[in-house]
Amino acid sequence: MAHILLRHRDVENIHRYDIYAANGGYEGLKKALREHEPAQIIEMVRKANIRGRGGAGFPAGVKWGFIPKGEGRKYVVVNADESEAGTFKDRELIEYNPHQVIEGALICAYAIGAEAAYIYFRGEFMVAGQRFEQAIREGYANNAIGENIFGSDFSCHFLTHYGAGAYICGEETALLESLEGKLGQPRVRPPFPAQAGLYAKPTVVNNVETLANVPPVITRGPDWYLSIGTDRSPGPKIVCLSGHVKRPGNYEVPMGTSYRELIFGKEYGGGMSGDQPFKALLPSGGSAPVVTDEALDAPISFEGLEPYNSLLGSASLIVMDASVDMVWAASKLTHFFRHESCGKCTPCREGTYWMDRIYERLLDGRGRQADVALLESVAGQMQGEGLCALGEFATSPVLSTIRLFPEEYRAKVNGAAEQGQQQPAEAAVAAD
Amino acid sequence: MLAQKYATELEILLDKYPDKRSAVMPLMYLAQEAYGHLTQEAMQEVADLLGLDPTQVLSLAGFYTLYYEEPVGKYVLEICNDLPCALRGADDLVEMACKKLDVDVDETTDDGLFTVKTVMCLAACDKAPMLQVNLRYEELLDEEKFDALIARLRQEAEEREDGHYYGVEMLKQYTKRE
Repeated sequence: MAHILLRHRDVENIHRYDIYAANGGYEGLKKALREHEPAQIIEMVRKANIRGRGGAGFPAGVKWGFIPKGEGRKYVVVNADESEAGTFKDRELIEYNPHQVIEGALICAYAIGAEAAYIYFRGEFMVAGQRFEQAIREGYANNAIGENIFGSDFSCHFLTHYGAGAYICGEETALLESLEGKLGQPRVRPPFPAQAGLYAKPTVVNNVETLANVPPVITRGPDWYLSIGTDRSPGPKIVCLSGHVKRPGNYEVPMGTSYRELIFGKEYGGGMSGDQPFKALLPSGGSAPVVTDEALDAPISFEGLEPYNSLLGSASLIVMDASVDMVWAASKLTHFFRHESCGKCTPCREGTYWMDRIYERLLDGRGRQADVALLESVAGQMQGEGLCALGEFATSPVLSTIRLFPEEYRAKVNGAAEQGQQQPAEAAVAAD
Repeated sequence: MLAQKYATELEILLDKYPDKRSAVMPLMYLAQEAYGHLTQEAMQEVADLLGLDPTQVLSLAGFYTLYYEEPVGKYVLEICNDLPCALRGADDLVEMACKKLDVDVDETTDDGLFTVKTVMCLAACDKAPMLQVNLRYEELLDEEKFDALIARLRQEAEEREDGHYYGVEMLKQYTKRE
């Protein structure tokens, strides 16, 4: 099947304007400008039910519909801060199929009445962003960006911005703060970005992959899009495969493809990379609960992992074989969240810090009998207590590994017990 | 110094945003390139150029990992050792890099050329183990490729006076409103 998003794999050099245009590129934008009122575009995107590919799954058309109608400055912001552990799909689109992202953002701008679009790249994408910058220049040169686009009344500029290393800036309100030159810390909502976003103006923030889904919906129609995927999760999805698989990388599949097929299918992951069997899967980087073999026949979709208490998220599959110590894996992710907590909300800032400390001693043989209960207690106090989801994410690998692999935690604690090092939890915390 | 050295870039950056405060992060990259790291003087200059309080610039430098408040080597080797990379040998790469360059993590070689750091996910998990050096990615590293990289950077350091930050030129270009 031809790719809908990773089109560069079928069409060589599609990052160039002429090649993209010669292969149906910018037809969606032209059609939108020629045949549709902005409200109709929003309706088409709503009907197609393009759900946010950054991980939250919020319907893009609904998000666009929240923007107040009428005059006044509005913005489209493309979220290219891709930083979730195990996620590398947006980078491929930025580097190899940039025009489709630009076209999607411009269609959004037309639909909501924005005259400027910003793309916020994580700072580490400065080299990867070069090709995107080139695509923008070509867009201007070909009247796809700028004043009176393709001879219409619609004008929109396209500007780039680079972050400087902070996972939290992928959260949309933190991203807006960062773009305004402030610390990347989430805002209190309401107001939502649709009311007061960038520079306090109504703003749509969409993920790179989400916007890449828009042009084909306009050219081929919502019904075509709805024919792909599952009822609740239509369309194609780029899945990032990493860890212990033979063929790590990005794979575009229709929603509904099973996790097992992605990991073991010959045209996808090709099975385990070593001689050890499959043990566990993190289905959304560090941000969703780990699952085991029993979940692998679930369909890749926003609803597929519900029975296993996990999530699609950004569909970044970190595959682990039997050699992996799950306490170590959870500690790696906990360390990540401790580093990336922005520090604004106390439960997240302190909770990630304490969980990281507890994992440190579990791994170096100083674990205590009460540590597992203490981890659960700290995690419980973080849930639902933050302005954004980061603190909640941080509890996922902790609680799910405790639930699914209790014996591995017990082994860490018992090892310490034999050495006579355990202490009551309260005293231990105080001593630290 | 920045006002003279980056007069054109400053004009471009101020024109790019409705609020000039948004220019602070790109300007900090340029200041870092000019001074090697974000010295007090550099941050004061950035603040003055944008009418900000110096503590506002300082707090940004502390918040974002790609800004260095302490001196670093000409090349900063930032190795990702997050879980996906660690599953494919990233911790071994950190150890090898430190051993070959005779430094610990966060230290700089005596000749001032290389600093080794560990960093969080760089969105290249399928190409692990990997690192970024001054914002350029080096992927699927084994010992041979790592040695070749170090040799290449040593040679480049001899040939080039500045401009060691790959990609920063992006900040100096403006997607012109034709």
